[in-house]
Amino acid sequence: MKPFRILSKNIKDAFKSIFRNFSLSFASIICTTITLLMVAIAIIVSINVNDFTKEIENNLSIIVFLDRSATIDDATNIQKKMKEDKRIDSIIFESKEDVKKEMQKESEVFNSIMSEWTEDTNPLQHEFSIKVKQAEDLKAVSESIKKMNHIDSVKYGEGIVDKLVSTFNIVEKATIVVVIALILVTAFLISNTIKITIYSRKNEIDIMRLVGTSNIVIKLPFLFEGFILGIIGAIVPIVVTIYGYMLAYDKLDGHLFSNIIRLENPTNIVFKVSLVLVVIGAVVGMISSYRSARKYLKI
Amino acid sequence: MELIEVKNCYKVYKNGVTALADINVSIKKGDFVFVIGSTASGKSSLIKLLYREEKPTKGSVFVGGINVAKLRNRKVYKLRRKIGIVFQDFKLLPKLTVYENVAFPLESMGVKKREIKPRVLKALERVGLKEKIHSFPNQLSGGECQRVCIARAIINNPKVLICDEPTGNLDPKTSKEIMKLIDYINKEMHTTIIMATHDKDIVNRMKKRVLLIDHGILKGDFAKGSYKENEAI
Ligand SMILES: Nc1ncnc2c1ncn2[C@@H]1O[C@H](COP(=O)(O)OP(=O)(O)OP(=O)(O)O)[C@@H](O)[C@H]1O
Ligand SMILES: [Mg+2]
Repeated sequence: MKPFRILSKNIKDAFKSIFRNFSLSFASIICTTITLLMVAIAIIVSINVNDFTKEIENNLSIIVFLDRSATIDDATNIQKKMKEDKRIDSIIFESKEDVKKEMQKESEVFNSIMSEWTEDTNPLQHEFSIKVKQAEDLKAVSESIKKMNHIDSVKYGEGIVDKLVSTFNIVEKATIVVVIALILVTAFLISNTIKITIYSRKNEIDIMRLVGTSNIVIKLPFLFEGFILGIIGAIVPIVVTIYGYMLAYDKLDGHLFSNIIRLENPTNIVFKVSLVLVVIGAVVGMISSYRSARKYLKI
Repeated sequence: MELIEVKNCYKVYKNGVTALADINVSIKKGDFVFVIGSTASGKSSLIKLLYREEKPTKGSVFVGGINVAKLRNRKVYKLRRKIGIVFQDFKLLPKLTVYENVAFPLESMGVKKREIKPRVLKALERVGLKEKIHSFPNQLSGGECQRVCIARAIINNPKVLICDEPTGNLDPKTSKEIMKLIDYINKEMHTTIIMATHDKDIVNRMKKRVLLIDHGILKGDFAKGSYKENEAI
């Protein structure tokens, strides 16, 4: 048989058999659809959240205020100590004079008031702004700095950042677990669908084996069936991804939670995500049917 | 080594039934051998070992020099391409025509179309069914179905034709014709024939070598023509 004829015959047979075992095929397709929808949402959220956490991570600084008795020398000592901490990325020191000058630049009112202050009467505090390498370390680094001498207070986006980071981590892990579980259920359903097909065609298969049909020719229709089930299951999630994300992007004007999260441009990601969905559907379908074929055809 | 050698073979099925015990048989190329015995004596079991439908629990089965007892499932198709198999229930594909059924083994082996046609026509001519090539199996009589099945079995010019009660579903007259055909294949194509049967008339009339199986044991191996009906069964 010509390759093209084999292909078209296999595809035709696969569709026939999908319709013949409609309820089971339908269950497989629905399960694939749900799984891939989850996958799509997970990918889109994690792309956007990744960007967002990167942004927070980049901008997150710890601000350390020294108490008013601290001299420039004290500040230099503290800076030396902090430099030993490997979790810290960068340290910028601003003396109270620097802070004053900055504030003076910002407004005329400040300027006139502050110009009266001398080095000794300046009520402002020396401060450090510190960047850490990883957002998770913010808390620990702050704690260790607090224990040093001449520290008045240490500030970072405590509550929010901590919670955001850990929530995202939990959500990410939970999503992965759910997706894996759903993929397993899908694989099981597709395997079962293929098993039924194999049984319903047992007679034919026995005859093929009797006359020496090669294993791959016997297995191919079942691989096709699994493949097609997976692809059909990917259709709805892809449509939802493309239109849903574009719509959401338009409606939200590219932002989520008032500018905190800037959404990725749809054209950059929807097609990549769709491709991922088709590939997952097809691969899960084929692997499941291959396993069934191996198990029940014993070849 | 002969074409077929069965050595110290045992077959115990999963349910505990011992279908064959210590079977030793060797069959020469070109032989015609009947396998007889009462029902459930193990005829089909013995034949299934030859085309590797079943593996012996113990012992070895050589077909054309290969120990098929050790053949892996995924290599079985290679053995099947070298032997022809004929059954009582024909095992034709109902949606294919006579021509397509006979061409089926060649097609699934990837033989070129223009090579397939003359071979199929030749095989159908040999079994005397050349006029019905476009009929479907359900339009044929039992005898005609069996002829299609035989044509399909000999399409690859196998060295061995294995038959499990090929006349089991046929009336005496048709059985006679089918036996004539099988005898013709044995004589003209020098194909070795191994045939399990219940039909005493056939066995008595044709005077071939006879293997008598009783409760899984080879009770007798009668050389060509030496089997007398009343000696056993
Ligand atoms: N797949 C199987 N699983 C379990 N037992 C089996 C199997 N096939 C055959 N048997 C048993 O093995 C014994 C021999 O069966 P076999 O089919 O070889 O007999 P037979 O001589 O061909 O009988 P018949 O003349 O009725 O066709 C029987 O007792 C049968 O029940
Ligand atoms: Mg039998």
